[in-house]
Amino acid sequence: MAVPTKPATSPRSAKLDVAGALKDAGLTAFVAFGLFSLMLGLRTETGSTGRLEIFPRPGLLATAVAAVFAGRLMIALIARSRVAADIGRSLQAMTPEFKKLDRFATPVLLSLVLLTPVLLYSEHYLLAGILVLAYILFRWGLAPALLALALLLPILFYSNRYLLDLGILVLTYIMLGWGLNIVVGLAGLLDLGYVAFYAVGAYAYALLAQNFGLSFWICLPLAGILAAFWGVMLGFPVLRLRGDYLAIVTLAFGEIIRIVIVNWQSLTNGPNGISGIPRPSFFGLPFNDSEEGFAAHFGLEFNPVHRIIFLFYLILALALLTNFVTLRLRRLPIGRAWEALREDEIACRSLGINTTNTKLTAFAMGAMFGGFAGSFFATRQGFISPESFVFMESALVLAIVVLGGMGSQLGVAIAAVVMIGGFEFFRQFEQFRMLVFGIAMVSIMVWRPRGLIATRMPSVFLQEKKIIPADIIDEARQ
Amino acid sequence: MEYFLQQLINGIALGSIYGLVAIGYTMVYGIIGMINFAHGDVFMVGAFLALIAFLALLAIGVTAIPLALFLVLIVAMLLTALYGWAVERLAYRPLRGSHRLAPLISAIGMSIVLQNYVQIAQGARVKPLPPLIPGGYTLIEGGGFAVQVSNVQIIIVVTTLALMTVFSWLVSATRLGRNMRACEQDLKMASLIGVDIDRTISLTFVIGAALAAVAGIMYLLYYGVIDFFIGFIAGVKAFTAAVLGGIGSLPGAMLGGLLIGLIETFWSAYFSAEYKDVAAFSILVLVLIFMPTGILGRPEVEKV
Amino acid sequence: MNAPIGEIILDAQHLSMRFGGLVAVDDLSFAAKRGKITAIIGPNGAGKTTVFNCITGFYQPSEGLIRIVHMDGKEFLLERLPDFRIAARARVARTFQNIRLFAGMTALENLLVAQHNRLMVASGFTLLGIFGWPGYLRAQRAAIEKARFWLDRVGLSNRADDLAGALPYGAQRRLEIARAMCSDPVLLCLDEPAAGLNPREASELNKLLDAIRAESEASILLIEHHMGVVMEISDHVVVLDYGRKIAEGPPAQIRDDAKVIAAYLGVEEEEVAR
Repeated sequence: MAVPTKPATSPRSAKLDVAGALKDAGLTAFVAFGLFSLMLGLRTETGSTGRLEIFPRPGLLATAVAAVFAGRLMIALIARSRVAADIGRSLQAMTPEFKKLDRFATPVLLSLVLLTPVLLYSEHYLLAGILVLAYILFRWGLAPALLALALLLPILFYSNRYLLDLGILVLTYIMLGWGLNIVVGLAGLLDLGYVAFYAVGAYAYALLAQNFGLSFWICLPLAGILAAFWGVMLGFPVLRLRGDYLAIVTLAFGEIIRIVIVNWQSLTNGPNGISGIPRPSFFGLPFNDSEEGFAAHFGLEFNPVHRIIFLFYLILALALLTNFVTLRLRRLPIGRAWEALREDEIACRSLGINTTNTKLTAFAMGAMFGGFAGSFFATRQGFISPESFVFMESALVLAIVVLGGMGSQLGVAIAAVVMIGGFEFFRQFEQFRMLVFGIAMVSIMVWRPRGLIATRMPSVFLQEKKIIPADIIDEARQ
Repeated sequence: MEYFLQQLINGIALGSIYGLVAIGYTMVYGIIGMINFAHGDVFMVGAFLALIAFLALLAIGVTAIPLALFLVLIVAMLLTALYGWAVERLAYRPLRGSHRLAPLISAIGMSIVLQNYVQIAQGARVKPLPPLIPGGYTLIEGGGFAVQVSNVQIIIVVTTLALMTVFSWLVSATRLGRNMRACEQDLKMASLIGVDIDRTISLTFVIGAALAAVAGIMYLLYYGVIDFFIGFIAGVKAFTAAVLGGIGSLPGAMLGGLLIGLIETFWSAYFSAEYKDVAAFSILVLVLIFMPTGILGRPEVEKV
Repeated sequence: MNAPIGEIILDAQHLSMRFGGLVAVDDLSFAAKRGKITAIIGPNGAGKTTVFNCITGFYQPSEGLIRIVHMDGKEFLLERLPDFRIAARARVARTFQNIRLFAGMTALENLLVAQHNRLMVASGFTLLGIFGWPGYLRAQRAAIEKARFWLDRVGLSNRADDLAGALPYGAQRRLEIARAMCSDPVLLCLDEPAAGLNPREASELNKLLDAIRAESEASILLIEHHMGVVMEISDHVVVLDYGRKIAEGPPAQIRDDAKVIAAYLGVEEEEVAR
């Protein structure tokens, strides 16, 4: 394709425009002063008299405004100088070098992998694991490497309970993200109340297991079916609504379910939640140090980490099931109809597709996986309360789907790792992490509105299998 | 009967607040077709700015309540308007022309940012303010129940009416109003005939935020206590009001606000206060299903 | 095909469509015959697309009835069916004035979506398909073959794996027709298929429509502004103005109709004939 080449440097970037950048920064700082003046400059606090009093914080205000000024100045200078263009060009120039390196790297890595047995023998498990992962990454790409990492994690970090718990958390969100991806990414239905199905799954498991003594493996499908049933019940009346209206109605449904859970004391124990939810067993073998326990049965020494590892592989299996089903469905007529629905609903109807049913199946399918994840959550925590099912959870899962790149399974997984991992990383700044999270959401949207991975693999081919790059999809949709 | 009248008065006062917030939703939706998810939080910011401004005025010796309130009104409107402007500039404008989910996600992010920003800046605890405008009138007394209307309620309704009048004039008779209506019809066409759409959209956010600030002040006066989380529920209810009245319609937003206020008040009074939010949300769902154009909205013919 | 040519396939009687006070279609009656190409023409705003939307169920007509007769004698009253049933059961397919392809999907995928209902049944409503049931795989192969056939017919077989939205304008128009044909229609409704095409593309379109008429079961109803296309290929022309029928007949007769010429106000006789 003949793309008209841009002139190498635009006239403005030829010389560093300091005055303009300063003016920009000055204006921004002025606005920031306006925004921060009362909110940061003054603090309201209950004083000694029991009434609210005001405490000035000029230092904080000055710092905040100065930070905005400096930040804006830097951005303006970079934008007005050639630095950005230079970096861009050199990155582009380096790409072929990277590719060469890649070809070169494979044999090197291969020989390194041959070292793995040696490392294993000398009990350098972590190093060996990293080598294997690096080899998979270079040989087959990111998705298999992530899968291998997930499979190896409990082995590599057997003793690191914190990391395993974090892994379980991330996998739960990956599963939720993949479930919601069916609804939002494939069918293009904006669902802001996804957490409702998570809650239905969790409460279904908790109540069934406690009141009827059913085992996890019976409760799991029941919870999924129940959640899917609720998905259909809620979806049926509202799915004819246009995108944004659907969003707000699903949000309302999410809140309604939460409020009902809070107030239906006799069933749900209200805001106090349900505790003592049965823990999962290894196909009938409980994870305890009794005679019939898992450890005793397999002749192992009892260790509470066995259960954690079991939970880890359980959620990994559930997440992979979600992924497998989604990938399979994409290549079936129903999946293609979902994507067609996202592209153009009217055209779908003109081709004889029952759009209501098609939307309902997407909604029910997403809800079912949400329900599975919910019952896993209940059995893992042993305790659930309405507090776990607030709107923020829906927003978080939706953010994972959209930031990852709608419709992209890998993108969702990466986004979940980055966001939940990042969230954990900021744990010591408890106060600030939600703020950072919000800022990240806005900036990623501004930077990449289509999400991290916006490419698409067509579901069927006539000639050759090829991934469609994001920019072509964007252009085609114009 | 007296009880009913009392609830009616309470409902109208509450509904006025919702109505003012709803205008912000309806205007933005009308012009760029997005739900400004952060609008509820802009309302919350308005309430906080009013509280801080009021305390600051007390601290520097402005103790005459009417004067202080007037100054608070001005300061809070101006600064909240600046917040509205900044939100649009930072989170929405770069996404114009992107796919429809992008601004919505950005708006949810902005809502989280505003909530946590206020929480960090002012603390998570609730902020109480003693009643500033005491007194009221007893309308009817009988059957052991007195129907009262407080001065705050009168101020709320009168201010709302005054703002609505000014605002209707603004939209119907000024150049800005004409530009806004043009953008509502067709953004691209409006820009082709020389309407500065960036400026018009910015001003829409500014006006919406200023009205939300007024609503925030009223909320502060009416309930006497605010926290950083009031924006979420109030926002959803105000959006419900906008939809109920017919999204895009300004009188509709006000009417919807009043209806939601009344429904909520009567529901709490006669049924159960725990489920008052459920009542409001259920109304939203029912309206969208059975009357998607709202009470005063234009019917929408599907373009094929 | 051994279709009984000349029999009525679409019969619209006393069709009216009102939007509030506006009467878009006013007491319109006309018929289309099997195996023929029927054209609806008229100035802008004459109500042509509204007629299409009534036939394909996107609008519910205020009055009147629309009947489709299949070759086996089965009849459907379209004004009583929801839009997707019209396409699925009464087998009426359509294209759109402003092309409505699934822009983010490939050309081939577009044609497979058009065969959705049959594939759904073959996949056991997904339940069998998810386990890779051989019957479904056979049906999918057949569907791809059919798509390949139509891609060949519209000259797009080398672009099968390209995104529909990335194709040039003329190709998108042809792909939309191919997509409609993949749904096995008995009546193909084309809304301005020649709009925006250059003369060469327009003449290719003529050939394509001729071929569809000759080789498939589908009869064609089209709205067109391009008189070259209308006069050359249509067998029967219905002229609308302000929602009413002002003339009807074979192209040669319409060309000389004084009322038609007057309706195209300001348009000279030669231009109508072009």
